[in-house]
Amino acid sequence: MNEETDNVVKFTKPVGKSTPEPWLDPGAKPLVEIRGVSKHFGDVVAVDDVSLVIYEKELFSILGGSGSGKSTLLRILAGFETPSRGKILIDGVEMTSVPPYERPVNMMFQSYALFPHMSVEQNVAYGLKKDGLPAGEIRDRVAEMLEMVRMGRLAKRKPDALSGGERQRVALARSLIKRPRLLLLDEPLAALDKKLREHTQFELMALQDELGITFVVVTHDQEEAMTLSTRVAVMNQGHFEQVGTPGEVYEYPANRFVADFVGNINFLACTVSGVDGEYAELHCEEAGGAVRARVDEPLPQGTRRWLAVRPEKIFIDKECPPREHRTVLKGIVEDLGYFGNLSVYRVRLPSGKMLQVSGQNRVRTARKTVEWDDEVYVSWDVASAIVLEE
Amino acid sequence: MPSRELRGDGRRRWLRRALVVPYAWLLLFFLAPFLIIFKISFADPLVALPPFTPLFDWAASGWERFQVTLDNYLFLFQDRYYGVIYLSSIKTAAISTFLCLLIGYPMAYYIARQPPRRRNLLLLGVILPFWISFLLRVYAWIGLLNTNGVINNVLLSIGLIDEPLSLIYNDFAVYVGIVYSYLPFMILPLYANLERLDITLLEAAADLGAKRWRAFVDVTLPLSVPGIIAGSLLVFIPAIGEFIIPALLGGSDTLMIGRALWDEFFINRDWPVASAVSVVLLLILVLPMMWFQKVQGQEVEDRR
Repeated sequence: MNEETDNVVKFTKPVGKSTPEPWLDPGAKPLVEIRGVSKHFGDVVAVDDVSLVIYEKELFSILGGSGSGKSTLLRILAGFETPSRGKILIDGVEMTSVPPYERPVNMMFQSYALFPHMSVEQNVAYGLKKDGLPAGEIRDRVAEMLEMVRMGRLAKRKPDALSGGERQRVALARSLIKRPRLLLLDEPLAALDKKLREHTQFELMALQDELGITFVVVTHDQEEAMTLSTRVAVMNQGHFEQVGTPGEVYEYPANRFVADFVGNINFLACTVSGVDGEYAELHCEEAGGAVRARVDEPLPQGTRRWLAVRPEKIFIDKECPPREHRTVLKGIVEDLGYFGNLSVYRVRLPSGKMLQVSGQNRVRTARKTVEWDDEVYVSWDVASAIVLEE
Repeated sequence: MPSRELRGDGRRRWLRRALVVPYAWLLLFFLAPFLIIFKISFADPLVALPPFTPLFDWAASGWERFQVTLDNYLFLFQDRYYGVIYLSSIKTAAISTFLCLLIGYPMAYYIARQPPRRRNLLLLGVILPFWISFLLRVYAWIGLLNTNGVINNVLLSIGLIDEPLSLIYNDFAVYVGIVYSYLPFMILPLYANLERLDITLLEAAADLGAKRWRAFVDVTLPLSVPGIIAGSLLVFIPAIGEFIIPALLGGSDTLMIGRALWDEFFINRDWPVASAVSVVLLLILVLPMMWFQKVQGQEVEDRR
């Protein structure tokens, strides 16, 4: 275990990211096109009319809870399931009814699915053998691949004599050996412990960048999706709630589900009471009165909305901060969690509504500046608040 | 954590106590009869009751009355008849085992791939014949295979044949009987093995470029080897000593060790030779199994 975690990959700025946003380039050639794909299992709709374009060299994440249909979508891309409706194109070629063994796609399974009766070497060589490559070439490529995932030393071992992290690397090597156009990863890090997971995450990114292979990762872990991906699709009940860069999904969630699923957030129920240029005037019972928030387009008066604020966007002070361009509310510290690098507070507003606030502990002190039951002011920039539909 | 260790110790003590039962059973019903047979195989036949000389004659004192003879074993090796019988028994059992595997594997595979409810129904179907006495079932085959039995009558009536086929009292009937009787012993261990097979392994093989048949040969088949071996042993061992099936369905020229044993014991009343025949049979069965277990044990160790 130690040997694995000591060997930490350094943070390097990816080389191949000079044109990092192909989805903004109308001339970019898509690698994968999903066109109106649905999948029914009896009465259950697992995937519901999903369309998506993934570009070359992307590290695309499909993020969702269990039963969201994310794994089914991945299995449709791999060819293990045929869509009930819709089309799949890879490199412009229709793939909808092409069997898995003829697709330029490989998959890394959540359970790794290593062949237990074959050694590490044989597992990795399997795909090349099925392609009928000459033995010499297979040997060289397997050795090279095992070196790359640092498993050369254990080439003769059987999978059940390996640790979880080692198995994960063998599974990765096996799925990369055929140099697929597209690599599908089903919860690639879920079976690893926390420390190893963080480390492997960066390793995956470095590898993807080095090989220039497009990755599609399915995960339920929003942190994992945020750190890994060029873009994230948040999936719920068979359809995409939002597709965007990690930053877009986090800071500009399309709806309440996305805002809630990705990261922590506070919701305050309110009614639109007026419009002031690019700001909306909202009446919010839970905040105890009028609140302003920045909006992209004018909101119809009298409609119900959610005002959403992320905990780290909220400041907590003992003295009243300047009110210009800020929303300031009074409250009482109900709960306090100290995490070393940051502290998390639960502040009760006079309406009874609880707000979660988190703050960096920038000053080195063992004494708390804010204590339980302290009367405090919580405030946020009006541009930090998000207005979401009901 | 001392409490947990204590609990572990307690469990181990209970396990040891529970193990007494199977050991006592094996000792009483397997080892003791074997030792009696083993003893008789070194005696001389005698027209008396019991029909063999005692190992120790307590009537006369002294070592000179301790009688051991290897004549019975020498007889087995000198008389070609026994060699032929052993070989023909092994051949019959081996062919039957192979036929069981050929029929049983697809059946077990099919059952293991069904949804759980249908799976249980099909398994019930496999073990259903056990509700009827083995002897009755073999007799039923006489009715089916007889010259004027069901099969011949049906074939005659639909005009497929002009005169009855000789389906019974030959080796063919023996194979039919053995394969029919022992097929469940092949299917059940194979099913238990195939049912545990992780389907994602086959998906992984397909993903890496293997068509369905290739994936079966590369993944399913090698992983089911323990099931194949278990099923084959369960069929081969009883088949080699089978007595009723060759006696009822076989012809006069059907050579099986079970019948030879019966003849030695009850027709010739030569208990010592009959005992020697069974001891040799046991060695023929046990030695390859011990070798197999040793090889398998080594393989497990190699994996570590």
